[in-house]
Amino acid sequence: MSKTTDSRRLSAARFEEPGSDWQRVSPKYVAVEIAASLVTGVIFAAISVFFIVVVGWWFGWWMLGASILIALILLVVAPRRARAIGYQLRADDLLMRRGIMFFRVVAVPYGRMQLIDVNRGPLGRLLGLSDLKFVTAAATTAVSIPGLPEAVADELRDRLVALAETRRSGL
Amino acid sequence: MSDSGAAPVGIGLHAGPAESTSGAAPAASAMHAPVWSSPSGTPGEPSAPITPPARGYAARLADGEWHRLYWASPLLKGGFALVAILWFILANLRERLVDLFLPTGPVDGGGGPGSGPGPGAGDNGDIVALVYDHGQTGIALLIIAGVLVLSIAAFAVAWRMHSFRISDEAVEVRNGVLFRHNRQARLDRIQSIHITRPFFARLFGAAKIELSVAGQDAKVDLAYLGSGQVDELRREILRRASGVQAPGSPGGSTSSRDVADEATAQPGLVNRRLQELLAPELDPAEAMAESVVKITPLRLIGSLVLSEFTVFLLLVVAALIVSSSWVHHAFILVLLLPSLLGSLGFYVRRFTKSARYSIAATPDGVRIGFGLLTTSNDTLPPGRIHAIEVTQPLLWRPFGWWMIRINRAGHASSHGSASQHHTLLLPVGRQADVDKVLGLLLPGLTGAETQHLVVAGLSASHGAGFTGAPGRAIVLRPFSWRRTGYATTADAVLLRSGFFWRRLMVVPLARMQSLHVAQGPVRRMLGLAALHFITIAGPVRASLGVIDRGLAVAAFESLSAAAIVAAAADSSHRWAAATVLPARRTGRHV
Repeated sequence: MSKTTDSRRLSAARFEEPGSDWQRVSPKYVAVEIAASLVTGVIFAAISVFFIVVVGWWFGWWMLGASILIALILLVVAPRRARAIGYQLRADDLLMRRGIMFFRVVAVPYGRMQLIDVNRGPLGRLLGLSDLKFVTAAATTAVSIPGLPEAVADELRDRLVALAETRRSGL
Repeated sequence: MSDSGAAPVGIGLHAGPAESTSGAAPAASAMHAPVWSSPSGTPGEPSAPITPPARGYAARLADGEWHRLYWASPLLKGGFALVAILWFILANLRERLVDLFLPTGPVDGGGGPGSGPGPGAGDNGDIVALVYDHGQTGIALLIIAGVLVLSIAAFAVAWRMHSFRISDEAVEVRNGVLFRHNRQARLDRIQSIHITRPFFARLFGAAKIELSVAGQDAKVDLAYLGSGQVDELRREILRRASGVQAPGSPGGSTSSRDVADEATAQPGLVNRRLQELLAPELDPAEAMAESVVKITPLRLIGSLVLSEFTVFLLLVVAALIVSSSWVHHAFILVLLLPSLLGSLGFYVRRFTKSARYSIAATPDGVRIGFGLLTTSNDTLPPGRIHAIEVTQPLLWRPFGWWMIRINRAGHASSHGSASQHHTLLLPVGRQADVDKVLGLLLPGLTGAETQHLVVAGLSASHGAGFTGAPGRAIVLRPFSWRRTGYATTADAVLLRSGFFWRRLMVVPLARMQSLHVAQGPVRRMLGLAALHFITIAGPVRASLGVIDRGLAVAAFESLSAAAIVAAAADSSHRWAAATVLPARRTGRHV
């Protein structure tokens, strides 16, 4: 799946300009992904246990099995999901990609920026990571780059604001 | 505005709000009233003396000073309820009052509801009778008078505290008595100007103007102003927003129209109101005649009858009839009546809202007017349209009708008469109308080759200038894979899709917020990808569901670059500014 020579695949390499490369998020972000997968698994397992113990439905066991399976799959792909997230500052727009199974590349012109959010979750704070969100006038744009080291996130925010300032355009 | 000069009745009060800049309202209006009303006293030469004050009046509203709203605004905003309640009480009290002042004999009965004066007395009649029996009429009258005086005072104070000003840069409104509220909106951020004339307000010669800027409920309401004033005001605001450097005249045709209005409106207030009511919704002098698109009532009715709603209604009716024949109980048919009546109401509402529909080009953008009794019109300055969708429901295909929806910034509140027309630009129209409207919305689409693209996008079954999806897309789009495709012009991208429900979407590149290319597991297996053109939220979701992977990558590259170029070249927020300093221009953007 990872070989970029597959002609049917939207490969990340195709979006690369010479001289620029995809910036990756911090390797520590894998821990956040793993924690999120574990939490998801625990929640689903708890719901299943609730069904088994309290309601007594037979399919609770199936649900438990399925949630454990899903959690395992999520855990296995977590490192690759984290590695799949990338961004690129091109001359006039920000390029961002994420996803393995559901691959997606977004191009947002800097001039479309309305505001930039930098969020830190509890686990992210422990690891010194920030999430950066680039908000445009369209709600569905939702360009968010998770798992940036705090200094990088702040620097990137300032840089994006400065870039947007020079390339302002109307709505 | 011009109509304020003709009638002595309107003048004293009318001039008050406009004239009173800070506090000397009564004095100012008293001084001006005789001057302005003099032309109506001499009907021989109305045009010459009236026009200058009429023009001056319009200019004064937008002179950067604080102005008050139309004198009838409190009445139109809620005063009617007060008047109705008062009328109700007085109608109940009438006989008692007559008895009080002209005692003719004992009232029959001890104050039962039967003695109440006419219909609707009910509870109130009882109270009135009770009060009367206890000999407290005087107190009751005092209370009523007190409430009346208080409410009038409250309305008057609220009206006095509600003022607006329009400068070269912004429009500002302040209102509220206890909680002061101040709102300011920049003129160059205006997304549209909406003028509503509710039926009652039309009777009073009043209208409401609403300046929307981008954002949820981000608008400045001026309710109400004089009916003639608002059109002039809109022209003036748009002229300033357009960035025209020279303070040009509002337009020769306009002033001559005012004069004509004035001349015909001589007889008096009632006649003038009547003329306003009967006047065509779209003033012929306001728009370029060749650009006007109208909808005939017959086509409008046809489009409503041949809608999906009708199909749904027929299905419901059929289901009810069938089930009643099974159950052998006719009472199910009783359910039919309310649903039929309700749907009739829906049809009537849709009809009255879309009746007298017109779309026309004005110098300051596209003007959409509609409404039978309550008329509204909406002016969209150039460059305020973020996406366009032309669709054809299956039932409309034999007639060649199309519907146009748009995405635009600045959502009106979801309630209110304007919400439907906020995004439904053309309820129904033929292909020629669609061409015309698309040309109005995006002047770049009027060229010969793009015209050809639009035609192909509407009705061609495949190809015809569009880059289509490969044959393997049949898995995901069993019918429409041939039609699905995209084409680009200099400043827009056209997306074609739909086999049964034909659809053409146009996204101006200068308005595109971001571009996505995505691929899930199914599309990966097929070597396909999806392109999403993200714009301001609205009914149009411009995306191309299936396209060859390589083409998608190429289109992504070229279109994201083209969007940047288009956005940089776009100057439509100051659409008429011929020479703008770039530094100055870039400084005032979102």
